[in-house]
Parts: sequence; C-alpha cells; structure tokens
Amino acid sequence: MGMTMTQKILAAHAGLDEVRSADLIEAKLDLVLGNDVTTPPAIKVFKDMGATEVFDKDKVCMVPDHFTPNKDIKSAELAKCMRCFAREQNITNYFELGNKKMGIEHVVLPENGLVFPGDLIIGADSHTCTYGALGAFSTGVGSTDLACAMVSGSTWFKVPEAIKVVLKGKPSKYVTGKDTILHLIGQIGVDGALYKSLEFTGDGVHELSMDQRLTICNMAIECGAKNGIFPIDEITLEFMERVNPGRLTSGNYTAFVPDEDAVYSEVIEIDLGSVPLTVALPHLPSNTSAASDVNLPIDQVVIGSCTNGRYEDIKTAAEIFKGRKVKEGIRCIVIPGSQKVYRQALDEGLLAIFDDAGCVISTPTCGPCLGGHMGILAEGERCVSTTNRNFVGRMGHVKSEVILAGVPVAVASAIMGKVATPFDLEGGN
Amino acid sequence: MKVQGKIFKYNDNVDTDVIIPARHLTSADPEVLKLHCMEDIDPDFVNQVKAGDIMVAGKNFGCGSSREHAPIAIKASGISLVIASDFARIFYRNAINVGLPIMECPEAYEGIMPGDEVEADFDTGTITDKTTGKVYKATPFPEFIKKIIDAGGLVTYTQQKTGDN
Repeated sequence: MGMTMTQKILAAHAGLDEVRSADLIEAKLDLVLGNDVTTPPAIKVFKDMGATEVFDKDKVCMVPDHFTPNKDIKSAELAKCMRCFAREQNITNYFELGNKKMGIEHVVLPENGLVFPGDLIIGADSHTCTYGALGAFSTGVGSTDLACAMVSGSTWFKVPEAIKVVLKGKPSKYVTGKDTILHLIGQIGVDGALYKSLEFTGDGVHELSMDQRLTICNMAIECGAKNGIFPIDEITLEFMERVNPGRLTSGNYTAFVPDEDAVYSEVIEIDLGSVPLTVALPHLPSNTSAASDVNLPIDQVVIGSCTNGRYEDIKTAAEIFKGRKVKEGIRCIVIPGSQKVYRQALDEGLLAIFDDAGCVISTPTCGPCLGGHMGILAEGERCVSTTNRNFVGRMGHVKSEVILAGVPVAVASAIMGKVATPFDLEGGN
Repeated sequence: MKVQGKIFKYNDNVDTDVIIPARHLTSADPEVLKLHCMEDIDPDFVNQVKAGDIMVAGKNFGCGSSREHAPIAIKASGISLVIASDFARIFYRNAINVGLPIMECPEAYEGIMPGDEVEADFDTGTITDKTTGKVYKATPFPEFIKKIIDAGGLVTYTQQKTGDN
C-alpha cells in the first residue's frame, strides 16, 4: 500500500521504510519552535525535568511575536523569560525586536530559509502547519510537547490519513489563497479534516505563488487538519534559492512525492476559477459566504498576521489603496508580518500609500489577531480582518465580531466602510 | 479510578479562545487561569463549578489555538473529567500531557443533560448518569497513550525514555 507525502516524511524521520495511518511513531525533529506565550511554560517544564541543555541550539527557534512589543508588565515578563533562556542556551534562531530577521513566527521562519522540503517541524503554536507550503511536515503542539522536544529532539506522532485536495484551473481576479482555503473550510467544516493531512495537488497548484500557498497551509488547522502540504515545484525551488541558496546548493533536503497508489480518505476537487471572493462570518471560519452577498457595516479593518502579512499581501493591499482613502470613521491597521516585509514596503513606497490612504502602520506583531493589543474591539464593533480566527471574543469584547477575508476584500471594505469587494470600487469610483 | 460530579454541558466546537481568552495568557499560573475559564461563553461557570464536576461537550472540543493554558484552566477550575464526542488534535495531546482526564463518547454527549450527576470510571471507560440511570462506554485510549497516562504524563514518560539512553 502506497504512502502519502506526509507519511513518507514521517517514515523517513522515524527511520522506517513504511508507515501506515494510525501507526504511532517516534520521529526526529529538524526544527522546534516556540513563541512568547507558549515558550515560558515550556521553559518551566524543561527546568522541572532537570534538563540543562536543549538538544541542538541551532534547531530550537524562539520568536517573540504575540504580545510584542510588550503590551504590559506581565507580557514583558514572559518575553524576558524567553529572552533569558535563549541567551543562556545560546539559541541561534532567537529574533529580538529590531533584528532584521524578526517578525511573526510563521512569516519569518520560511523567509529566513529555516524551512526546507522534507523537514519535520513542530511548534507550540497551532499555525505551525504553515510550512507545508514548502513541502515540509509541520504541526502545532502544546508547551509540554515543546519542552520534551527541546530536551530529546524527537516527539511522537500518530500517522495521519490524508484528504487529497485537487486544485484545478486558475483563480479569478482578486481571488487569493485566503479565499481558496476559506472556501474549502466552508465546504468541509471546522472539523472536516480532524487528525488528517490536507495534501494539495493538481495543475492549479502552479497558479499559486509561495505566499498564497503559505496562507492556505496556515489555515489547515481551521478545519482540524494536522498539517497541510504542497508538492515541490519550480515555485518552491525559486523560493528556496532566494531565502537559503546555500542549503539548496548543498542538496540537504528531500522533495518527497506521494506514491501513485497512496490511499486517501477522501478526494476533494476545487476549480480555482469558480472560487469566489470569500469571507467567513462570525463566529466560525467555516461560516463562509461570497463577499458580494454580504452587506454589513464595519468599524475596523486589520491587514496582517501569520496568515496574510507577507510581502505579496502588503503589496496587493497597497495597489488597491493607491489613490483611494479609508472611509471616514473606519480604522484600518496594516501590520507587515516581518521586519523584512516592513522594510521592503518602506523602500518601495508602499507604506506611504497606506499613510496617504489614512491607515495606521504597525511594527510586526500578532497583536489584534488573538485579541492581544494593537486593535482590540469594543462591544458591538465589527472588524474585517485578514487573520485566521473569528471565534467569540477573539479580537476583543465578547460581543464584538470578526469577519475573515483575503487582502483585496479587506482593503475594499476599509474604503467602502462595509464588507465590499474591489469590484465595488471600480464600479463606484 | 473513579470520579463523580455535576455536569456542565456545552455544544460543538468549543474553542480554546472561549476556554481561556488570549487576554489572560499573560499568566500561565493555573490559579490565575481558573478565574477566567469559559468566561466568554459561560460567565457563571467559575462561580458554580465545584471540585470533581464534569464537563460534557459535542465534537471538536478544544479547537483553535495550541495554548496549553486551556486544559490547565479547566483542570484548575476543579473539573475532574471532560467527555466530548471528539477532541481537536492539539487539545487532546495537551490534555494528556497536563493530566486533564478526557473521554470520547458521542452517545454520552447526546444523553447527558446539564446538572446531571455523573460517575466515570477511568479504568473501564464506563460513564454512568446517576440522574437518569443510563450507562455509556467511552472509546478506549490507544495503548501508547495509556502508557503516557500511566507514566503520569509526558514529562515522566520522556524522562524515563531519555534516562534509558
């Protein structure tokens, strides 16, 4: 019986020729990740265990991003705890504020060339599944799993079965990876892929840039998936060439392909050409609707996060904002996902476009996405956001609302003061 | 081992943001987290819950964030067991790791009502609704998970494993 792409990566890291779904395996890890919220509890467990050294200082990555720059004294203590540990352990990949490699964890790890095809990565953050875009296996865990992995360099996995998602055709104008993944989640529900892999394939894959793929894999968790994963193609190779030519040249990576006879629990076909501009209404990412069918006034727009804070997102936002204004009374917060994205946007004049449009521009942070800071909602307020969750109270007051959208819809909504699409701008202006 | 308590019942897709909102994640102290457990969907929970009480919910319990603060908050609140139709993957791991007892049983979710007095036996997986007299059987844990539970959680399990090397 053949193996899926995910199963092949797991088998290789467990030193096995073959694994089957539901097997329990012990696998070696190529990278272990934590942030300022999840790492401090892991450090406590690490110390309580009597551990003194991490298994490999080059393979443990620590990113202050959730409540940074620190929003209050308690969050400053959390960041300090992680910073001190990173210094004490001489952690190579700790990205302090102001460091050129800093930013939101799932933006900076791929951007700094830390993720390659075939790698096995866990992170104490549910959106760790983002790295499947590069043909790696990555998944989220909790702080205790992180602590034990920091000690042993390995962890256990139950081998998942997979849903094959066949992407066909070419997306329509303004339709992004965000619309595609929201469309899929809307189709299968927030537990539609529970414990499973989402393996993306089909000709449509080649129509999606790396930033689009990262957005799609980022939200695999929102339908319960263990991981999302894309095949390796010329777009993957170009990305690797750009972010880490040394490792690409060394050949120190493996482009796994699923077996011809791999078994899938389900096959879902998506014609990219028929995916509409999509939003997810409160309070589940699966509560999707075509953006053009929604007519709701809003108070705020957030553009950023580990889902949509990459260069292509920021550039797309600027292109639509150019020569237009945020509607009076609406707050629009733009948060480039990393210092590199921020700098490129600065150098190319994109930040000036946002400023001219009446947006505020923030340093990279997860901030409002999880209701941390930098854009918390009051009672009764509604926000269109390019983030990943719209649960009750996610961005602030329990009676506030988040509508998830891709960048073009978010920008159009900021300009119109209600849920809107870029086509409304062309027609109306 | 047996536990017994009064039922708090919730629906499908109880996410970690409502179990413990991110605004409270500036602390990982169980005593702080328990003060805010479930507050966004059930503000009365923290005032009404008593040590030993049991939570019952529908499918995909604990979906969303990987925050281990969620099972820690539930455990610290006094809840002795969470029964759900099924659990989101990361929550499942985290609950095992921090020693919050969980059981999967869709029938129990259908049959058990808020306020019922329920007894559960971890060794046999038997769930007994003392109020209605109905008995349910939870899905057994895989052997490997049992080993982690028996070792007293992932930390002890890992210590035993690394000690062997």
